[in-house]
Amino acid sequence: MKIQRLGLVASVALVGSIALTACGSDSNDPGTSGSSSSSSAASDCPKGGTLNGEGSSAQKNAIEEAISSFQDECAGTTINYNPTGSGAGIKQFTAGQVDFAGSDSALKTVEKDGVVESDAAAKYCGSPAWNLPMVTGPIAVSYNVKGVDKLILTPEVAANIFAGKVTTWNDASIAKLNSGVTLPSEPIKVFFRSDESGTTENFTKYLKAAAPDAWTTDPGKKWLGKGEGKEKSAGVAGAVKGTEGGITYAEWSYAKDNKLGIAQIDNGAGPVELTGESVGKAVSAAKADGEGNDLRLKLDYATKEAGAYPILLVTYEIVCSKGKDAAKTALTKAFLTHFASADTQKGLEEIGYAPLPDEVRTKVDAAIAALS
Amino acid sequence: MSSVTGVSIADELPGPDRRHTLGGDGAGTGRLGDRLFGGAAKGAGIFVIGLVSLVGAFLLWQALPAIADDKVNFLTSREWSVDNASNLRFGILELLWTTIAVSTIGMLIAVPVGVAVALFITQYAPTWLSRPAANLVDLLAAVPSIVYGIWGLKTFVPVFDPVQSFLKDTLGWFPLFSDAGISGGSTILMVGIVLAIMVLPIVTALSREVFAQTPVTHTEGALALGATKWEMIRVAVLPFGKAGVISAAMLALGRALGETIAVTIILSTLAAGSDWTWSVFNGGETFASRIANNAGEFDSPAKTGAFIAAGLVLFVLTFVVNAIARIVIERRKAFIE
Repeated sequence: MKIQRLGLVASVALVGSIALTACGSDSNDPGTSGSSSSSSAASDCPKGGTLNGEGSSAQKNAIEEAISSFQDECAGTTINYNPTGSGAGIKQFTAGQVDFAGSDSALKTVEKDGVVESDAAAKYCGSPAWNLPMVTGPIAVSYNVKGVDKLILTPEVAANIFAGKVTTWNDASIAKLNSGVTLPSEPIKVFFRSDESGTTENFTKYLKAAAPDAWTTDPGKKWLGKGEGKEKSAGVAGAVKGTEGGITYAEWSYAKDNKLGIAQIDNGAGPVELTGESVGKAVSAAKADGEGNDLRLKLDYATKEAGAYPILLVTYEIVCSKGKDAAKTALTKAFLTHFASADTQKGLEEIGYAPLPDEVRTKVDAAIAALS
Repeated sequence: MSSVTGVSIADELPGPDRRHTLGGDGAGTGRLGDRLFGGAAKGAGIFVIGLVSLVGAFLLWQALPAIADDKVNFLTSREWSVDNASNLRFGILELLWTTIAVSTIGMLIAVPVGVAVALFITQYAPTWLSRPAANLVDLLAAVPSIVYGIWGLKTFVPVFDPVQSFLKDTLGWFPLFSDAGISGGSTILMVGIVLAIMVLPIVTALSREVFAQTPVTHTEGALALGATKWEMIRVAVLPFGKAGVISAAMLALGRALGETIAVTIILSTLAAGSDWTWSVFNGGETFASRIANNAGEFDSPAKTGAFIAAGLVLFVLTFVVNAIARIVIERRKAFIE
């Protein structure tokens, strides 16, 4: 029922937006000035319109939450997000099929297979495309071992487990980190994502950066460690839940929903529990990698900052810095401002994401305000 | 033609003008309705042939550059690394094995059971039961494959895992049943069984139709000669329906070979570089499930080409299987009515 209603709203809005653009093409100037004057406050709702986004499935739940609260606030607007994967989203964006892309990694600035993503996007936009960090998703090292409520892992031990070098739970290297915990002698069952995924990419990036000696393969979307593959986050989390001795890496929400144990990570400054705050610390510690309002972040996976949880992925919204269509730009700004607002971000913690830390949020706000 | 073909002698005799009686005189009446209908039918036929040819051409066109760039043998390698366009290394051996193993298990179960169900419905069941039973079996075909997948993973596999463990323990010395270390029963065997349930309605529905067409003269003749019910089925119904059953099995096999969602949900995939085993208690990926697992991240033409090459093999495999079926049916010649 809900979907049908949504579809109805979408089609009505689509017809509406077509009608609006038809009017707008006659008198372009008033439209542009009107939208730029209404850009500042989040509560300023544009009059209807549809915005289409596509990309990362890692931020699916977060953006859906933001979309539903935005549409409640601004009646008549429609935001669609199609979680087909980061690669697909960027492709559709540079082909002009969608208004913004969601991606697990910023647009690549180096050539891959004859295409430089950031150049391709800039070419389509006619202006630089900006990466705006919006959702931070911590990756939980989740396990299911009877009687073990608290597990501490260092990057080296984690890498050895996922590379199949440590194969039983009572291995000396694990026992050394977890004194006082009775570890069973059962085999460790590693589960990985059988589909190519940004979660795998970020997790292996972490292992490679924090434990380069133990993890020797290059990070990538395809799993190159050992274990047994399951489809998507729901598959790996479900498999760990059903398998005594299982361990996997999954988005926080899946670990929480399945009530799996979540390992504390010790990067060298003591074990850190996965919380919204500890993830925020790691995001704040990230270095800015882009110029001006292009806010690509360089995460320091090997960070030794006390209390920072280092395994996370940051998903970006990728937009044209100078929009092609004034009405769309106004809607984009309104939606992104809403998405980045403290309230929305705070609400994301309940569904397994970590809110953006304030200093990053301020920069994102400034970048959104500078969209034109 | 021998007498077991199910074709009556009358059909075989030439008519008075030495033409085959059922062949018609080959001439249209030239009326508008005739021309319209003939044209539409011809158009539909040509459209489908064109469509399949175009699909084949598209697959070839997309796959050939990737296969040409492949650094390992496309047919005999087990590697699959396609992220680096300048060093494509992919082969389909594992995919081919898993696809064939899964479908074979599915067929081994679905065909005998499907034929038995069809025989029950047409020969044994009382009239008041046969129609509802047939409808119920047909209903199985309407269940979406994702439901089979989730049901298989959550319900069927846990229930049957003990049986599987028993097989592993008692027959583990045989390579086909050795333990491959897959947890929770997400194995080739389990997927094969779930596929068997999925294709069962296809086998049953088609077999039922042909068994019901068995000429009454044949069955009554057999009974009159003193055959028991089982003997009657053996000498009259089964020979008559053989071609139809083969046809049904091929259609079902086509579905099993191409099944995607249920396989991706149930079957555990293997980490790159795992040891080769013949075991049906291993995990793996079929052509369709590997393509589906990676479809979200086709970010370069070379990578896409590699997956399309896998799709091409599946296309050819399906084609070959169907061609064999057609040859078998042609040789039986039992479907001339």
